[in-house]
Amino acid sequence: MSIDWQTFNGATAIAALLGGGMIGAAAVWLAWANGRIAGISGIIGHMVDLVVQRKHEAFGWRVAFLVGLLASPLVWRWFAPLPEVHEQSGLIGLLIGGVLVGLGTRYANGCTSGHGICGLSRFSLRSLVAVLSFMGSAMVTVYVLRHLLGGVV
Amino acid sequence: MKSTMPWLTAGLAGLLLGMGLLLSGMANPAKVVGFLDITGFWDPSLALVMGGGLLVASLGFALLRQRRRTLLGEPLNLPTNRTINGRLVGGSVLFGMGWGMTGICPGPGLVLLGAGLDAGLVYVLALLVGMALYSLIERMRHPYH
Repeated sequence: MSIDWQTFNGATAIAALLGGGMIGAAAVWLAWANGRIAGISGIIGHMVDLVVQRKHEAFGWRVAFLVGLLASPLVWRWFAPLPEVHEQSGLIGLLIGGVLVGLGTRYANGCTSGHGICGLSRFSLRSLVAVLSFMGSAMVTVYVLRHLLGGVV
Repeated sequence: MKSTMPWLTAGLAGLLLGMGLLLSGMANPAKVVGFLDITGFWDPSLALVMGGGLLVASLGFALLRQRRRTLLGEPLNLPTNRTINGRLVGGSVLFGMGWGMTGICPGPGLVLLGAGLDAGLVYVLALLVGMALYSLIERMRHPYH
């Protein structure tokens, strides 16, 4: 292993810490104000559930949360240009990957936000098992796709 | 007023979370895959994002533990599920495969969609398909719920 000093330096390290702090603050704020866990996959998945299972229940605060998240790049652009984005997968990869993330996070009841930030900060063993499972699986996937198959997706 | 406040506070939470993802670099799939690629040129950023997030969130959640009501006066019920089973591990492994393939988890996917990127749109649509698939499978398995 060698550190990629091209993308990781003092400035990006501080931005990562501060940005992480903002994510943590957002999670605490939603719990404090709304009594809800800021788990993105749970919030979207619950809405999908209501539609698919034809339950007559309002989406409520979930819509507002997602609108805030969707609007964040637009608000960011008032102050600064958006950070660079380098995509790692083509159309097929995005389609397969997206379906896997949707299916997997619903079965696991959480993703990087729900289990990663909210669960771990509440010292949940269940969330720790989830985080180790998806981190390990993601690292193996990157290794296989990038180093064994030479970046096919 | 009573009905708009939860929308306002939730919208603010979503906005703050999205800004945090953008600032931290986690909306960029290359930074995420750079962290997951431990045998290549490694970018430790994601660990710092988690560190900053867990520092703030563990302090905040510890302070919330004594509270029974939210700021808006609703009951404060945080998850109590402790089950560790095949669903949890299997689902997480599937999620990790999709995350490793794309470098995008659900939060950044929505941020990329909001930024108007085609990749964000394709990813979120596929995400919704995966979640609908789950809902359909569960509905077939438990038809009376």
